[in-house]
Amino acid sequence: MATPDKNTIMTWLETVKDPEIPVVSLVDLGVITDVVIEQDKVRVEMTPTFAGCPAMDYMRDEVLQVLQENGIKNPEVRISFDTQWSSNMISEKGRQAIKAFGLAPPPMHDLHVDIEMLEQIACPWCNSDDTRLDSPFGPTLCRSIHYCNSCRQAFEQFKPI
Amino acid sequence: MKQEALKELLYKMADDQLILGHRNSEWTGMGPLLEEDIAFSSMAQDKVGHSLVMYQMLHQLGENDPDTVAFMRHADQFHNCQFVELPIGEYDFSLMRHFLFDHGELIRFELLAGSSYEPLSLAAKKLKGELRYHKMHADVFIKKLGNATEESITRMQRSLDYAFPFAMGIYEPSPFEESLIEDGVFKGENHLKDLWLESMTKVLNETELKIPDPEAVKPVVGGRTGKHTEHLQPLLDEMAEVFRVDPTAEW
Repeated sequence: MATPDKNTIMTWLETVKDPEIPVVSLVDLGVITDVVIEQDKVRVEMTPTFAGCPAMDYMRDEVLQVLQENGIKNPEVRISFDTQWSSNMISEKGRQAIKAFGLAPPPMHDLHVDIEMLEQIACPWCNSDDTRLDSPFGPTLCRSIHYCNSCRQAFEQFKPI
Repeated sequence: MKQEALKELLYKMADDQLILGHRNSEWTGMGPLLEEDIAFSSMAQDKVGHSLVMYQMLHQLGENDPDTVAFMRHADQFHNCQFVELPIGEYDFSLMRHFLFDHGELIRFELLAGSSYEPLSLAAKKLKGELRYHKMHADVFIKKLGNATEESITRMQRSLDYAFPFAMGIYEPSPFEESLIEDGVFKGENHLKDLWLESMTKVLNETELKIPDPEAVKPVVGGRTGKHTEHLQPLLDEMAEVFRVDPTAEW
Protein backbone atom coordinates (compact mmCIF):
# COMPACT_ATOMS: atom_id res chain seq x y z
CA MET A 1 0.00 0.00 0.00
CA ALA A 2 1.29 3.45 -0.91
CA THR A 3 1.73 5.80 2.00
CA PRO A 4 -1.26 8.20 2.04
CA ASP A 5 -0.77 11.95 1.95
CA LYS A 6 -0.91 14.34 4.88
CA ASN A 7 -4.51 15.46 4.23
CA THR A 8 -5.77 11.88 4.27
CA ILE A 9 -3.99 11.22 7.56
CA MET A 10 -5.41 14.44 9.04
CA THR A 11 -8.90 13.22 8.09
CA TRP A 12 -8.30 9.98 10.01
CA LEU A 13 -7.06 11.92 13.02
CA GLU A 14 -10.29 13.90 13.12
CA THR A 15 -11.85 10.79 14.64
CA VAL A 16 -9.63 11.11 17.73
CA LYS A 17 -11.37 13.28 20.31
CA ASP A 18 -10.20 15.10 23.40
CA PRO A 19 -11.21 12.69 26.20
CA GLU A 20 -12.19 15.63 28.44
CA ILE A 21 -14.29 17.33 25.73
CA PRO A 22 -15.33 14.38 23.58
CA VAL A 23 -16.90 16.53 20.84
CA VAL A 24 -13.66 18.19 19.72
CA SER A 25 -11.07 16.37 17.63
CA LEU A 26 -7.37 16.69 18.30
CA VAL A 27 -7.02 18.33 14.89
CA ASP A 28 -9.61 21.02 15.71
CA LEU A 29 -8.09 21.47 19.16
CA GLY A 30 -4.77 22.30 17.52
CA VAL A 31 -2.67 19.76 19.42
CA ILE A 32 -1.71 17.95 16.21
CA THR A 33 0.83 20.37 14.84
CA ASP A 34 2.17 18.39 11.87
CA VAL A 35 2.21 15.07 10.06
CA VAL A 36 5.62 14.23 8.65
CA ILE A 37 5.85 11.57 5.95
CA GLU A 38 9.32 10.35 5.07
CA GLN A 39 9.32 7.48 2.57
CA ASP A 40 7.04 4.94 4.24
CA LYS A 41 7.41 6.34 7.79
CA VAL A 42 4.67 8.43 9.34
CA ARG A 43 5.30 10.67 12.32
CA VAL A 44 2.64 12.78 13.99
CA GLU A 45 3.82 15.87 15.86
CA MET A 46 1.78 16.81 18.93
CA THR A 47 2.00 19.50 21.60
CA PRO A 48 0.26 19.47 24.99
CA THR A 49 -2.56 21.90 25.84
CA PHE A 50 -1.19 21.96 29.38
CA ALA A 51 2.15 20.51 30.50
CA GLY A 52 0.37 18.63 33.28
CA CYS A 53 -2.48 17.37 31.10
CA PRO A 54 -3.10 13.78 32.24
CA ALA A 55 -4.87 12.95 28.95
CA MET A 56 -1.74 13.37 26.82
CA ASP A 57 -0.60 9.73 27.00
CA TYR A 58 -4.13 8.60 26.26
CA MET A 59 -4.34 10.88 23.22
CA ARG A 60 -0.97 9.67 21.91
CA ASP A 61 -2.09 6.03 22.20
CA GLU A 62 -5.35 6.82 20.39
CA VAL A 63 -3.46 8.49 17.54
CA LEU A 64 -1.14 5.50 17.20
CA GLN A 65 -4.10 3.14 17.19
CA VAL A 66 -5.94 5.06 14.45
CA LEU A 67 -2.83 5.10 12.27
CA GLN A 68 -2.32 1.35 12.74
CA GLU A 69 -5.98 0.61 11.99
CA ASN A 70 -5.49 2.45 8.70
CA GLY A 71 -2.54 0.25 7.79
CA ILE A 72 0.39 2.46 8.79
CA LYS A 73 3.25 0.30 10.01
CA ASN A 74 5.25 1.47 13.02
CA PRO A 75 3.81 4.98 13.24
CA GLU A 76 5.43 7.45 15.58
CA VAL A 77 4.11 10.26 17.73
CA ARG A 78 6.46 12.97 18.92
CA ILE A 79 5.29 15.28 21.71
CA SER A 80 7.24 18.53 21.99
CA PHE A 81 7.05 22.27 22.62
CA ASP A 82 8.48 23.07 19.15
CA THR A 83 5.12 24.66 18.46
CA GLN A 84 3.66 25.95 21.72
CA TRP A 85 -0.05 25.36 22.04
CA SER A 86 -2.33 28.33 22.54
CA SER A 87 -6.12 28.37 22.63
CA ASN A 88 -5.91 30.61 19.53
CA MET A 89 -5.06 27.39 17.66
CA ILE A 90 -8.55 25.92 18.19
CA SER A 91 -10.36 25.93 14.84
CA GLU A 92 -13.68 27.68 14.20
CA LYS A 93 -15.32 24.25 13.97
CA GLY A 94 -13.74 23.34 17.30
CA ARG A 95 -15.02 26.54 18.92
CA GLN A 96 -18.56 25.83 17.75
CA ALA A 97 -18.36 22.28 19.08
CA ILE A 98 -17.07 23.53 22.44
CA LYS A 99 -19.99 25.96 22.68
CA ALA A 100 -22.52 23.29 21.71
CA PHE A 101 -21.00 21.13 24.45
CA GLY A 102 -21.96 23.87 26.96
CA LEU A 103 -18.55 25.47 27.47
CA ALA A 104 -17.75 29.08 26.55
CA PRO A 105 -15.09 28.96 23.84
CA PRO A 106 -11.87 30.91 24.55
CA PRO A 107 -11.72 34.44 23.13
CA MET A 108 -8.88 35.14 20.69
CA HIS A 109 -6.05 37.03 22.39
CA ASP A 110 -2.54 38.42 21.92
CA LEU A 111 -0.98 35.84 24.33
CA HIS A 112 -1.35 38.24 27.27
CA VAL A 113 -4.41 36.89 29.01
CA ASP A 114 -5.47 39.12 31.89
CA ILE A 115 -8.23 39.12 34.43
CA GLU A 116 -10.24 41.82 32.63
CA MET A 117 -10.67 39.46 29.70
CA LEU A 118 -12.03 36.75 31.99
CA GLU A 119 -14.52 39.04 33.73
CA GLN A 120 -16.74 39.35 30.65
CA ILE A 121 -16.79 36.01 28.93
CA ALA A 122 -19.93 35.53 26.83
CA CYS A 123 -22.32 33.04 28.46
CA PRO A 124 -22.63 29.91 26.31
CA TRP A 125 -26.32 29.61 27.22
CA CYS A 126 -27.70 33.15 26.64
CA ASN A 127 -24.72 34.92 24.97
CA SER A 128 -24.80 37.78 27.52
CA ASP A 129 -21.41 39.17 28.50
CA ASP A 130 -22.76 40.38 31.85
CA THR A 131 -20.83 37.61 33.59
CA ARG A 132 -18.22 37.29 36.30
CA LEU A 133 -15.23 35.06 36.89
CA ASP A 134 -15.75 32.78 39.88
CA SER A 135 -12.44 30.94 39.66
CA PRO A 136 -9.64 30.76 37.09
CA PHE A 137 -9.42 27.02 37.88
CA GLY A 138 -12.11 24.46 37.12
CA PRO A 139 -12.79 20.72 36.96
CA THR A 140 -10.02 20.21 34.36
CA LEU A 141 -6.83 22.22 33.81
CA CYS A 142 -8.27 23.81 30.68
CA ARG A 143 -11.46 25.18 32.27
CA SER A 144 -12.40 28.18 34.41
CA ILE A 145 -15.65 28.74 36.33
CA HIS A 146 -17.97 31.70 35.65
CA TYR A 147 -21.42 32.97 36.53
CA CYS A 148 -23.89 34.68 34.22
CA ASN A 149 -25.73 37.59 35.88
CA SER A 150 -28.21 37.65 33.02
CA CYS A 151 -29.55 34.06 32.97
CA ARG A 152 -28.27 33.28 36.47
CA GLN A 153 -26.44 30.15 35.49
CA ALA A 154 -22.97 29.00 36.42
CA PHE A 155 -20.95 28.01 33.39
CA GLU A 156 -17.48 26.86 32.49
CA GLN A 157 -15.13 28.26 29.92
CA PHE A 158 -12.37 26.64 27.89
CA LYS A 159 -9.66 28.98 29.17
CA PRO A 160 -7.82 31.34 26.86
CA ILE A 161 -4.12 30.55 27.17
CA MET B 1 27.46 26.42 27.41
CA LYS B 2 28.47 24.63 30.58
CA GLN B 3 26.35 21.56 31.13
CA GLU B 4 26.94 21.48 34.87
CA ALA B 5 25.50 25.00 35.19
CA LEU B 6 22.49 24.16 33.06
CA LYS B 7 21.75 21.01 35.06
CA GLU B 8 21.95 22.88 38.34
CA LEU B 9 19.44 25.41 37.04
CA LEU B 10 17.05 22.74 35.76
CA TYR B 11 17.26 20.66 38.94
CA LYS B 12 16.47 23.50 41.29
CA MET B 13 13.52 24.64 39.20
CA ALA B 14 12.16 21.11 38.81
CA ASP B 15 12.56 20.32 42.49
CA ASP B 16 10.80 23.55 43.51
CA GLN B 17 7.90 22.67 41.20
CA LEU B 18 7.64 19.06 42.32
CA ILE B 19 7.76 19.80 46.03
CA LEU B 20 5.40 22.78 45.91
CA GLY B 21 3.13 20.75 43.62
CA HIS B 22 3.00 18.03 46.25
CA ARG B 23 2.29 20.56 49.00
CA ASN B 24 -0.49 22.15 46.94
CA SER B 25 -2.04 18.73 46.43
CA GLU B 26 -2.39 18.39 50.20
CA TRP B 27 -5.29 20.86 49.89
CA THR B 28 -7.25 18.43 47.73
CA GLY B 29 -10.43 17.67 49.65
CA MET B 30 -9.43 20.13 52.40
CA GLY B 31 -9.75 23.59 50.83
CA PRO B 32 -11.57 26.29 52.80
CA LEU B 33 -14.07 26.54 49.94
CA LEU B 34 -14.71 24.33 46.96
CA GLU B 35 -13.21 26.72 44.40
CA GLU B 36 -10.01 26.97 46.43
CA ASP B 37 -9.83 23.22 46.80
CA ILE B 38 -10.03 22.98 43.01
CA ALA B 39 -7.58 25.84 42.46
CA PHE B 40 -4.84 24.37 44.67
CA SER B 41 -5.42 20.92 43.16
CA SER B 42 -5.16 22.36 39.63
CA MET B 43 -2.02 24.29 40.48
CA ALA B 44 -0.59 21.10 41.97
CA GLN B 45 -1.21 19.32 38.68
CA ASP B 46 0.39 22.19 36.74
CA LYS B 47 3.45 22.30 38.99
CA VAL B 48 4.06 18.56 38.83
CA GLY B 49 3.58 18.78 35.03
CA HIS B 50 6.15 21.56 34.85
CA SER B 51 8.63 19.55 36.89
CA LEU B 52 8.16 16.63 34.49
CA VAL B 53 9.12 18.90 31.58
CA MET B 54 12.30 19.91 33.42
CA TYR B 55 13.17 16.33 34.45
CA GLN B 56 12.67 15.18 30.85
CA MET B 57 15.09 17.88 29.73
CA LEU B 58 17.59 16.62 32.34
CA HIS B 59 17.07 13.08 31.06
CA GLN B 60 18.01 14.29 27.57
CA LEU B 61 21.20 15.65 29.14
CA GLY B 62 22.07 12.21 30.51
CA GLU B 63 20.40 12.22 33.94
CA ASN B 64 18.21 9.36 35.16
CA ASP B 65 14.60 9.01 33.96
CA PRO B 66 12.06 11.38 35.56
CA ASP B 67 10.41 8.82 37.88
CA THR B 68 13.72 7.65 39.29
CA VAL B 69 14.89 11.22 39.78
CA ALA B 70 11.63 12.24 41.45
CA PHE B 71 11.13 9.21 43.67
CA MET B 72 14.53 7.72 44.49
CA ARG B 73 16.53 10.62 45.84
CA HIS B 74 17.11 11.37 49.50
CA ALA B 75 16.31 14.84 50.90
CA ASP B 76 19.93 16.01 50.79
CA GLN B 77 19.97 15.36 47.02
CA PHE B 78 17.11 17.78 46.42
CA HIS B 79 17.84 21.32 45.24
CA ASN B 80 14.53 22.98 46.08
CA CYS B 81 14.51 26.06 48.28
CA GLN B 82 13.34 25.45 51.84
CA PHE B 83 10.32 27.68 51.28
CA VAL B 84 8.45 25.11 49.17
CA GLU B 85 8.95 22.21 51.59
CA LEU B 86 7.35 23.94 54.59
CA PRO B 87 4.08 22.28 55.65
CA ILE B 88 0.91 23.81 54.23
CA GLY B 89 -0.08 25.20 57.62
CA GLU B 90 -3.26 27.22 57.65
CA TYR B 91 -4.75 28.51 54.40
CA ASP B 92 -3.31 32.00 54.99
CA PHE B 93 0.23 30.63 54.85
CA SER B 94 -0.40 28.46 51.79
CA LEU B 95 -1.97 31.40 49.99
CA MET B 96 0.89 33.73 50.90
CA ARG B 97 3.48 31.17 49.81
CA HIS B 98 1.63 30.67 46.52
CA PHE B 99 1.54 34.46 45.97
CA LEU B 100 5.23 35.00 46.76
CA PHE B 101 6.43 31.96 44.84
CA ASP B 102 4.33 32.36 41.72
CA HIS B 103 5.13 36.04 41.19
CA GLY B 104 8.76 34.97 40.88
CA GLU B 105 7.97 31.81 38.94
CA LEU B 106 6.08 33.70 36.24
CA ILE B 107 8.89 36.22 35.78
CA ARG B 108 11.45 33.39 35.79
CA PHE B 109 9.72 31.71 32.86
CA GLU B 110 9.17 35.00 31.04
CA LEU B 111 12.94 35.49 31.25
CA LEU B 112 13.66 31.90 30.24
CA ALA B 113 11.50 32.30 27.13
CA GLY B 114 14.52 34.22 25.83
CA SER B 115 17.07 31.59 26.94
CA SER B 116 19.87 30.61 24.58
CA TYR B 117 19.19 26.95 25.50
CA GLU B 118 16.49 26.22 22.98
CA PRO B 119 14.63 23.31 24.68
CA LEU B 120 14.24 25.53 27.75
CA SER B 121 13.14 28.58 25.81
CA LEU B 122 10.52 26.58 23.86
CA ALA B 123 9.10 25.07 27.06
CA ALA B 124 9.16 28.42 28.87
CA LYS B 125 7.12 30.04 26.11
CA LYS B 126 4.39 27.51 26.89
CA LEU B 127 4.67 27.34 30.67
CA LYS B 128 4.56 31.10 31.22
CA GLY B 129 1.01 31.16 29.81
CA GLU B 130 -0.05 28.60 32.42
CA LEU B 131 1.71 30.53 35.18
CA ARG B 132 -0.23 33.69 34.37
CA TYR B 133 -3.26 31.91 35.83
CA HIS B 134 -1.35 31.11 39.02
CA LYS B 135 -0.41 34.75 39.52
CA MET B 136 -3.92 35.91 38.62
CA HIS B 137 -5.42 33.58 41.21
CA ALA B 138 -2.97 34.62 43.93
CA ASP B 139 -3.49 38.33 43.29
CA VAL B 140 -7.28 38.10 43.56
CA PHE B 141 -7.16 36.41 46.96
CA ILE B 142 -4.29 38.47 48.37
CA LYS B 143 -6.21 41.62 47.50
CA LYS B 144 -9.43 40.22 49.00
CA LEU B 145 -7.95 38.97 52.27
CA GLY B 146 -5.43 41.79 52.53
CA ASN B 147 -8.29 44.29 52.65
CA ALA B 148 -11.16 42.38 54.28
CA THR B 149 -11.46 42.12 58.06
CA GLU B 150 -9.12 42.81 60.94
CA GLU B 151 -8.65 39.08 61.40
CA SER B 152 -7.86 38.41 57.72
CA ILE B 153 -5.41 41.32 57.55
CA THR B 154 -3.68 40.25 60.77
CA ARG B 155 -3.36 36.67 59.61
CA MET B 156 -2.11 37.58 56.15
CA GLN B 157 0.43 39.98 57.68
CA ARG B 158 1.67 37.28 60.06
CA SER B 159 2.06 34.87 57.15
CA LEU B 160 3.86 37.48 55.06
CA ASP B 161 6.31 38.24 57.87
CA TYR B 162 6.99 34.54 58.43
CA ALA B 163 7.21 33.63 54.73
CA PHE B 164 9.27 36.56 53.50
CA PRO B 165 12.79 35.42 54.59
CA PHE B 166 12.06 31.99 53.08
CA ALA B 167 10.80 33.62 49.86
CA MET B 168 14.04 35.62 49.62
CA GLY B 169 15.81 32.24 49.78
CA ILE B 170 14.29 31.26 46.43
CA TYR B 171 16.88 33.55 44.88
CA GLU B 172 19.94 32.05 46.57
CA PRO B 173 22.60 32.50 43.88
CA SER B 174 24.07 29.35 42.36
CA PRO B 175 27.82 28.91 41.94
CA PHE B 176 27.18 29.17 38.20
CA GLU B 177 25.41 32.53 38.00
CA GLU B 178 28.09 34.23 35.91
CA SER B 179 28.40 31.37 33.48
CA LEU B 180 24.62 31.18 32.96
CA ILE B 181 24.42 34.94 32.40
CA GLU B 182 27.41 35.00 30.05
CA ASP B 183 26.05 32.14 27.98
CA GLY B 184 22.61 33.74 27.79
CA VAL B 185 20.91 30.75 29.46
CA PHE B 186 19.36 32.76 32.29
CA LYS B 187 19.54 36.36 33.49
CA GLY B 188 20.48 35.33 37.02
CA GLU B 189 18.82 35.10 40.42
CA ASN B 190 19.68 38.66 41.50
CA HIS B 191 18.08 40.15 38.42
CA LEU B 192 15.03 37.96 38.94
CA LYS B 193 14.82 38.92 42.62
CA ASP B 194 14.67 42.63 41.77
CA LEU B 195 11.88 42.08 39.25
CA TRP B 196 10.05 39.87 41.76
CA LEU B 197 10.20 42.49 44.51
CA GLU B 198 8.82 45.08 42.12
CA SER B 199 6.03 42.80 40.89
CA MET B 200 4.74 41.63 44.24
CA THR B 201 5.14 45.04 45.87
CA LYS B 202 2.76 46.46 43.29
CA VAL B 203 0.02 44.05 44.41
CA LEU B 204 0.72 44.33 48.14
CA ASN B 205 0.51 48.12 47.84
CA GLU B 206 -3.15 47.66 46.98
CA THR B 207 -3.71 45.98 50.35
CA GLU B 208 -3.36 46.88 54.03
CA LEU B 209 -0.32 44.61 54.28
CA LYS B 210 3.16 45.97 55.07
CA ILE B 211 6.08 44.54 53.12
CA PRO B 212 9.11 43.66 55.28
CA ASP B 213 12.25 45.59 54.35
CA PRO B 214 14.22 43.28 52.03
CA GLU B 215 17.49 44.91 53.14
CA ALA B 216 16.77 44.07 56.79
CA VAL B 217 15.72 40.46 56.20
CA LYS B 218 18.16 37.57 56.28
CA PRO B 219 17.19 35.16 53.46
CA VAL B 220 16.77 31.51 54.48
CA VAL B 221 19.22 29.73 52.17
CA GLY B 222 20.77 26.28 51.92
CA GLY B 223 18.06 24.41 50.01
CA ARG B 224 19.93 24.75 46.71
CA THR B 225 22.87 22.83 48.17
CA GLY B 226 20.81 20.10 49.81
CA LYS B 227 20.35 21.59 53.27
CA HIS B 228 16.72 21.14 54.21
CA THR B 229 14.32 21.43 57.11
CA GLU B 230 13.03 18.34 58.91
CA HIS B 231 9.87 18.63 56.79
CA LEU B 232 11.27 17.48 53.43
CA GLN B 233 12.17 13.83 54.09
CA PRO B 234 8.70 12.85 55.41
CA LEU B 235 7.17 14.47 52.30
CA LEU B 236 9.48 12.45 50.03
CA ASP B 237 8.72 9.25 51.91
CA GLU B 238 5.02 9.77 51.40
CA MET B 239 5.35 10.79 47.75
CA ALA B 240 7.51 7.80 46.85
CA GLU B 241 5.73 5.16 48.91
CA VAL B 242 4.04 3.36 46.01
CA PHE B 243 7.04 3.63 43.71
CA ARG B 244 9.36 2.16 46.33
CA VAL B 245 7.06 -0.76 47.04
CA ASP B 246 6.69 -1.56 43.34
CA PRO B 247 8.68 0.50 40.80
CA THR B 248 6.79 -1.17 37.93
CA ALA B 249 3.34 -0.24 39.26
CA GLU B 250 1.16 1.85 36.96
CA TRP B 251 -1.18 4.42 38.45
